[in-house]
Parts: sequence; C-alpha cells; structure tokens
Amino acid sequence: MQSPATHNSISASVPALVVRNLSVFFGDRAAVKNVSLDVKAKAVTAIIGPSGCGKSTFLRALNRMHELNPEARMEGEIKLFGDDIYSRNVEPVVVRRRVGMVFQKSNPFPTMTISENVTVGLRLNGIRDKKILNERTEESLRMSALWDEVKDRLHAPAISLSGGQQQRLCIARALAVQPEVLLMDEPASALDPLATSKIEDLILQLKKDYTIVIVTHNMQQAARVSDYTAFFYIGELVEFDTTKKIFTSPSKKQTEDYVTGRFG
Amino acid sequence: MDNHFEMGLDELRQKLLTMASHAETAVNQSVQSLMQRNRDLAVRVRADDDLIDKFEIEIDEMAILLLTKAPLASNLRLVTVAMKISQNLERIGDEATKIAKRSRDLAQEPPVKINLDLPRMATLALAMVKDSLDSFVQRDSVAARAIIPRDKEVDALNKQVHGILAQHMMENPDTIGRCLHWIVAAKSLERIADHAKNIAEEVVYLCEAQDIRHTMKADGTRTA
Repeated sequence: MQSPATHNSISASVPALVVRNLSVFFGDRAAVKNVSLDVKAKAVTAIIGPSGCGKSTFLRALNRMHELNPEARMEGEIKLFGDDIYSRNVEPVVVRRRVGMVFQKSNPFPTMTISENVTVGLRLNGIRDKKILNERTEESLRMSALWDEVKDRLHAPAISLSGGQQQRLCIARALAVQPEVLLMDEPASALDPLATSKIEDLILQLKKDYTIVIVTHNMQQAARVSDYTAFFYIGELVEFDTTKKIFTSPSKKQTEDYVTGRFG
Repeated sequence: MDNHFEMGLDELRQKLLTMASHAETAVNQSVQSLMQRNRDLAVRVRADDDLIDKFEIEIDEMAILLLTKAPLASNLRLVTVAMKISQNLERIGDEATKIAKRSRDLAQEPPVKINLDLPRMATLALAMVKDSLDSFVQRDSVAARAIIPRDKEVDALNKQVHGILAQHMMENPDTIGRCLHWIVAAKSLERIADHAKNIAEEVVYLCEAQDIRHTMKADGTRTA
C-alpha cells in the first residue's frame, strides 16, 4: 500500500475512495446493498438517510470497522487511492491508520491526559521520540482548532474538557496518525449549537488537506459542510450528487420527500 | 477558526454591494447621457444592463444555497433581504436603461426648449439610492426610515414635470414625440426613487424585524 505521507500530492480530481457493488451483510441480513460511488479527494461527502438505512454500516465498511462484528461480511470492492483495502495481504489496522474515524459520542481515553490522547496512535505505532510526539501533538491540536484552548493544560485529564472540546480532541487523535481520509459518524449530534458550529467550521478547514466522509441526521448540517451528498434508504443508495443539487432539486422523489421531512 | 457561514454571508453582502455600484453608475450615466445629449453614453448604459441582470441571478443562487443551510434570526433576514434588494437594484438598472433609450432617441432630434427640473429629480432619486444602500451597509434603520418620506418629493416633482410637459405638448404639438420621451424619462426617475424606498424598507426589516411596507405615511410615521 502507498505510504500515508504521499496523499497530499495526489490531485484533488482523483477519487480518494472508489466503492463498487458494495454489499454488507450481518448474518443473512443485507445492511448495505450493491452500492457504488466515488468519494472525491479533499472534499466533504455527506451520507444522509433515515435510521437503519445502512449509512453507518457503509461508513464503517470504508475502514473495515464493521469487521469488529463477527457476523459481518462484505461483497464488492473498495479502493483507497487505487489500493484494494480488502485485499488479502492488507491488514485492517493499516487501513484504519489511513482512514481515521470519529464517532458520535466523543470517546477520549479517560485515564489519559490531553496530550497522551492525541499521541496514543503514534505511540502504539512505536514512535517514542518526544520531539516528534510534541510536534505532532501541537500540529494535530492546531488542526482540530483546540490548541489555543488547551495549550496550557496539555497534561490535564482529557475528561476535564467540555463535550465539544472532547470531540475536537478525538478529531486531533484521529489526525495525529496522518490519515488520508477521515470518517465522521454524526460527530456533532451530541453537542450544543456553538460546539456544533465549531465542529462544522473545523470540517470545512480540514477539507483543504483531508478527504472527509460524514454521516449526519441533520440535513442542514449536510448542506452547510458537504460538497457531495449520498442519500441512503433501506440499504440502497438512492441518489448521489452535489450537495447543491440534492438540497435544491433532487432527481428522485424519495430524496425530495426525505430532505423536505415528509418521511424518515 | 473562521465561521464559514459568516464568510458566505459576507460574500453575499459584497456581491450585492458590487451590484449596487453598477446600478448607481447606470443611473448616473443614463441621466448624464440625457442631459448632455450623449448618444454613446446612452448606448453603453444599455449594454451594461446585462451585467446587472447577471448579478441578480448570481445573488439569488448564492442566497438559495445559504438558505439550505438553515440560517436563523438576523442571518435569515439578511439572506431574504439580499434577494429583495437585488431585485430592486435590477429594476433600477432597467429604469436606467429606459432613460438611456429615451436619451439615445432624443439625441437624434433637435432639443426641446423647455425648462424641466429633471436634474433635481435625478439628484434626489440618486441620493435616495445611495443613502438606502449606505443604510444597508451600516445596518442603520434610523437612516433607512428617514429615506422613506423623501420619495414623496420625487413624486411631486414628477407630477410637476408631467404637467409642464402636457402643457407644452398642447401648445407645441410638433414636440409631442420628444416630450413623450421626457415624460417616460421622468417616470423612470420616479420609479428609481420608489425602488430606493423599497430598499430602505427592507433595511428596516433587516435591522428591526419589522415589516413596514404599506404602513408608512408621507411623513415617515406609521399609519394607525
């Protein structure tokens, strides 16, 4: 697989992820059915749809996170900058380093300090050099717009931060290992409007350097932060287009009904 | 960290102000072409109107996209007000074009020897446009309210011009064609003042969340 450090040189017009005929099953039940789409690099792609439509499963399949469920299996193909992430010789842990994830509920390691939380991924990868760890801490916290708020208390427990700050810390933790793609599963749904607005502004900052895929229940949030939107319904990809098109003149009636709140 | 939505609103404001400056220039030049019998300038005003039309479409598109992001309170009012102001500016551009068209035709005929207060009408209407846009930039609803009664002055001048021209046409039937051009030009100036008043009313709504359309008396106070 290509080294993570080289992704910034890749032209923004090349898709970061190419998904072809992806189906994900839990036992006999198909949660995602035959989905194909291209995730554009250095852009934000939003996944919307009612609960149970398969959007989180789809997101998790993008970094093989769904495999943590022993009943899960997939069909189809996902390529990350040309590399088949399900190829037999690819370790899931390598995929997850290249495709980071931020969850709905902020989950900093409660016994660790702020800086330890940021560098945990690096340390697990064997990086011990303090200079590198410090540099990466500052860089990641700056990128997640948290540095100014925590620079004087890097050794305070992570759980002393507010909910919104904890979520930005989780984003910093994901960024510290320098992923190529950042997956976000409803990253602001547990936050108040101000913290939500900070996360949204952060997403728009990060897309200059990263490819972002975000699952959200909040249609206006998708409209505010994303360039492309995919609408899922009962495991199927109903419509995928520019966010502008999806929210002003969707092609499918089902999409129109969902974004205008008639069902879902 | 930059607030991206605010940046979007700022872009909308900037675009609206650029459009306003084009509309103001169009009115200025059309009046100039009329007074100086400058046919070339009149032709230029008509050509530039396409640009103002394009701005209206672009502003609407920007506003629609901003509305999908669910702005609230004053942000919501700003987006809807921007759409209405741009529509008024587009119509101001249309009126300037009408004046320019009459000016082009009048420049090809001998001048009518008549004393009309059109420059004063133009000055008043233009000042209303400028002040209404300033009140938008400054978000000054007091200044915006003060613009509204000034429309009556322009209406009165238009009526006066209309009367003088009607009299002149009766006495000099050979000038009817040219006088009709002047009547249309004066009417356009009167409409420009109306649009400036509309913009001022939108600024009051933007600042105070109060819809004062169709409720103001000539002196700027509210009707019962």
